[in-house]
Amino acid sequence: MATAFPFSAIVGQDEMKLALLIAAVDPKVGGVLAFGDRGSGKSTAVRALAALLPKMKVVVGCRYNCDPDRPAEFCEECRVRAAKGALKSAQVPVPVVDLPLGATEDRVVGALDLERALARGEKAFEPGLLARAHRGFLYIDEANLLEDHLVDLLLDVAASGENVVEREGLSIRHPARFVLVGTGNPEEGELRPQLLDRFGMSVEVKTPDNLADRIEVVRRRDTFETDSAAFVTNWAKDEARLRKKIIGAREKLSSVSVPDVTLERAAKLCMALGTDGLRGELTLMRAARALAALDSAKTVTDHHLRRIAPSALRHRLRRNPLDDAGSSVRVDRAISEVLG
Amino acid sequence: MTGTAVWSDGVTAARLFAVDPPGTGGVLLRSRAGPVRDRWLAVLRAALPRSETVKKVPLNIAEGRLLGGLDLNATLLAGRPVAERGLLAEADGGVIMLAMAERLSAAMTVHVTAAMDAGEAIVERDGLSLRMPARFGVIAIDEGLDDEFAPASLRDRLALHLDLNAIGVHDAEEFAPDAGETAAARAKLPSLKPAAAQIEALCTAATALGITSLRAPMLALRIARAGAALAGHSRIEQEDLALAARLVLAPRALVFPPADGAAPPEPPPPPEDEADESGGEDQIPDIDRALDEVILAAVQAAIPLDVLATLRAGAAGRSRSRSSGKAGALQKSSKRGRPAGVLRGALRAGARLNVIETLRAAAPWQALRRREAAGSAAESRPRILIRKDDFRISRFKQRTETVTIFVVDASGSAALHRLAEAKGAVELLLADCYIRRDQVALIAFRGSAAEMLLPPTRSLARAKRSLAGLPGGGGTPLAAGLDAAFVLSDSIRRKGQTPTVIVLTDGRANIARDGGQGRPRAEDDAMSAARQLRAAGIAIVLVDTSPRPGVSGEAIAKEMGARYLPLPHADAATLSKAVLASVG
Repeated sequence: MATAFPFSAIVGQDEMKLALLIAAVDPKVGGVLAFGDRGSGKSTAVRALAALLPKMKVVVGCRYNCDPDRPAEFCEECRVRAAKGALKSAQVPVPVVDLPLGATEDRVVGALDLERALARGEKAFEPGLLARAHRGFLYIDEANLLEDHLVDLLLDVAASGENVVEREGLSIRHPARFVLVGTGNPEEGELRPQLLDRFGMSVEVKTPDNLADRIEVVRRRDTFETDSAAFVTNWAKDEARLRKKIIGAREKLSSVSVPDVTLERAAKLCMALGTDGLRGELTLMRAARALAALDSAKTVTDHHLRRIAPSALRHRLRRNPLDDAGSSVRVDRAISEVLG
Repeated sequence: MTGTAVWSDGVTAARLFAVDPPGTGGVLLRSRAGPVRDRWLAVLRAALPRSETVKKVPLNIAEGRLLGGLDLNATLLAGRPVAERGLLAEADGGVIMLAMAERLSAAMTVHVTAAMDAGEAIVERDGLSLRMPARFGVIAIDEGLDDEFAPASLRDRLALHLDLNAIGVHDAEEFAPDAGETAAARAKLPSLKPAAAQIEALCTAATALGITSLRAPMLALRIARAGAALAGHSRIEQEDLALAARLVLAPRALVFPPADGAAPPEPPPPPEDEADESGGEDQIPDIDRALDEVILAAVQAAIPLDVLATLRAGAAGRSRSRSSGKAGALQKSSKRGRPAGVLRGALRAGARLNVIETLRAAAPWQALRRREAAGSAAESRPRILIRKDDFRISRFKQRTETVTIFVVDASGSAALHRLAEAKGAVELLLADCYIRRDQVALIAFRGSAAEMLLPPTRSLARAKRSLAGLPGGGGTPLAAGLDAAFVLSDSIRRKGQTPTVIVLTDGRANIARDGGQGRPRAEDDAMSAARQLRAAGIAIVLVDTSPRPGVSGEAIAKEMGARYLPLPHADAATLSKAVLASVG
């Protein structure tokens, strides 16, 4: 993989960047969908995120990225290992796994290890992309074009946090909790509503229309392409600062308090918008809390709700899906009604 | 522009592309087969260093062949998984040529553009997980007619857009560029750095031309660099920028740049703050504020006058061009969908071999076959013996895709009564189609003719937009509306999809096929159009939107074998429910 463009060097696109940062702070918020114009740097931002994320601790030799500090969530292999003795741990980069559109099902969920089957006639499980993405991010570019049977698989696993493979005479289950990140262009087709619902936040990405920003985008891109190593070095400080901010926010997250009055407002906001179920409210609260943590605030306030509500709610309005074009407007209206 | 001028630009484009194939993305070559195209390809071939491959990608290439995957033959022979490089990886360092790019399926397009963006082919197939370098330039040969275009996401990534359809052979002088020049220019590329003002100028020009995508100015910059390298300049000169603007920006222009005299709508913002940042490094004295104008002038000169009218309308035309090739749906249906089990079968084109199942099927017989093979003393003995009977083919169940065609009566008589309600009902039906992943199309008739407001699409945003913009009033050319529905249904069928027609009208035709007035003739024409639809056996629902449903609506419905739904006082919701029930 070529050097990634630094996250902090991305011009504008504040909503998308914020959503990705929130997902990095609290994976429970549940993923980001970025839909928008061609050539606006959606994929760039996701790849940049991979380079930005602080490293994570894993059990050495575990194929499922098990966290040594959470024995309750171990995969079966780690349980066996733990029973035998202390586990070794290592720091590794957080996986940001690509799910390419041409992927076959066996590679996504995992299947019989072909090599061992052929060479030694053994039946062994070869983990797939879902296993690789555990505790990290699963990235689908052009998510709206993903084949239906793959979408079904994802929905199932994303809901349960566990991948169960019952095939080829194998019976394997392993944890697969990942943050789903999807990008796409609405001109090429819409996303299935069920999949849409799995994303915690959805952002609309537009090409900057202000000339100064546009010039800056092209200039940075050109500098990056001419000498990416030097460019990355130049931005290293900003990246480090941002990384620190993410780590700090993760630590603060549990201590950020959510006052009852804010909870009430969030509920009112969701009611005003007629969002289905509780998922909207939960996501809104979690995202607002992560945002407060990023801001180093001790409590979640209306200010946080206001900033994150459009991303957390715009794709959940109970509606005839035709209203999509106006959903941002509706959220804005509800915000000004409820939050004043 | 004259034919020779177009050709000369074409030759320049080929040479520029050859200097930096992956950097410039590639060339969109809008040209039908013929000597001009062959000549252009010959120019390109001559400009490229001989060692570089040009791989042709046929339209119907299998996904596995394009991306790479398991080489079954080698795997079975060697008794271990052997990966096969796909075409994209094989083209690394060279050029791929996409034939009939206007018919590229959405999936194919994504595979190509993803590899272009990442510079590598990512394969997660058949038990293999591979990343292979795939840096290549693309020649997309677009043979589309009228409104058929190569997918927008691909066009966006190709710097140079050429249209050779209009020029004749006599304009296309044979020319053999020297590959040595290309090599020399490549060596110079890294030393050419654009000045801040030059980047600014290209961005300003792109904005003034109404180009949204930021790839355009970036690609223009690379072309300017390639141009400077080719011309032997030691830095990027004004003429290089002008060339880039002409070749990259002009063909993408959606708005005609303001004429010289007129004040530009957006005066270029004074780039003071940027100027002092970069002030020190390589400010080129002869580049000043006037650069923007030089570039715009270059673009202006490149846009032929007669194209101006189309340019203005172009915004609509371009966005309407199908982003996924028209053949897409049909092509996909044989290979995608929900896996519906595995069956024993022969390897035919388009069939997907299920390796695991095949191996499983072969496994129990190995010992037996081995004994047999030992007896017959075959010279090469593979570790696994696979027989034809073992082959297992994955089966995919694909619901035939339905395209629902709404034929909406927007005439005065209907508008008065129910146009708003009809719109509401159509919106609800659209929503349902969306949930079922059906495609929808929208035809409206009013005045003297029918108009296709929306070709079959899945994009709800577009459907909604065109519906909202639907004006009412005028006569009722029912025959024209039904004819349009028939023509569209026919083309949908030919693509292997199933058309369903929903007509919303009060049935009171008063405009004949030829646009003439008069109720009796109009009704005759409507009846004959209705019969045509029935003969074709298309599923139709006629919703009578008249406040007093009467004979006319019912008669038409009967004539076309449609379900008749008189809905005198229904609201949008009831209407859509009724239609859904009868469509099934």
